[in-house]
Amino acid sequence: MTVISSHKDTAALTLTIVAEYGAAPDRVWRVWEDPRKLERWWGPPTWPATFEQHDFKVGGRAAYFMTGPDGTKAHGWWQITAIDAPNRLEFDDGFADDRGEPTSEIPPIHCTVTLEPHGGGTRMTTVSSFAGVEHLEKMIEMGMEEGMKLAEGQIDALLAED
Amino acid sequence: MVVSQFDDAEIDRIFHALADATRRDIVTRVLRQEESISQLARRYDMSFAAVQKHVAVLARASLVVKQRSGREQLVHGNPEVLRKAARLLDEYEQIWRHRAQAIEDILSEEDA
Repeated sequence: MTVISSHKDTAALTLTIVAEYGAAPDRVWRVWEDPRKLERWWGPPTWPATFEQHDFKVGGRAAYFMTGPDGTKAHGWWQITAIDAPNRLEFDDGFADDRGEPTSEIPPIHCTVTLEPHGGGTRMTTVSSFAGVEHLEKMIEMGMEEGMKLAEGQIDALLAED
Repeated sequence: MVVSQFDDAEIDRIFHALADATRRDIVTRVLRQEESISQLARRYDMSFAAVQKHVAVLARASLVVKQRSGREQLVHGNPEVLRKAARLLDEYEQIWRHRAQAIEDILSEEDA
């Protein structure tokens, strides 16, 4: 099992995912650093990503778009806020308009990635922080929920668990 | 498909209310189980009045509901507001599970 744990904090709006890989941290780091590798995994399965820009340094920006099943393009950007290769990466991931210009009405998601050596491989922890519930509307508008509908019962179970 | 039921002022109240760690803790507790304000006040290193103020901020944002029961004020969570947030996190978790698996596939392919 690649993902070994996930933790959702509904009140603070954070999602923490822990995954383990058999490869060393520098190889896992490459999937973040190399835009050709990155675009093979960043988009949801039905929304593959294309990175047009990937300036992988502190203060650097990335520009990408994801292409939906009907050809719709959803644009996004990263602003890299911290890099400590091959152990830590932090960036803001925001939405952009059709011309790739950042939109101001949707707050970016802050993402912190930590890679630690673990049993000859790597433990990767990603923490995504959302600024607020309005993300929901916008992300759904952008089709990110494609194929990921959840039964009401599961939501209730999550709320009960928190 | 979720349709927005929040106006800007309401969203501001929700964000303001959730921006404080004590208030987030209160929300988490009273979603799990109803508690009185005096029960809550015993959990935090602050006065009863301060806890009462935190609860008032949460109630204005509809994150909790206050009910008088005799001499006690009971507080319970309002899952409707958090339901949307929960749904977003669920969807995002699915996205990350797919990403984690796709990274695994890339690494295994390189090994082959």
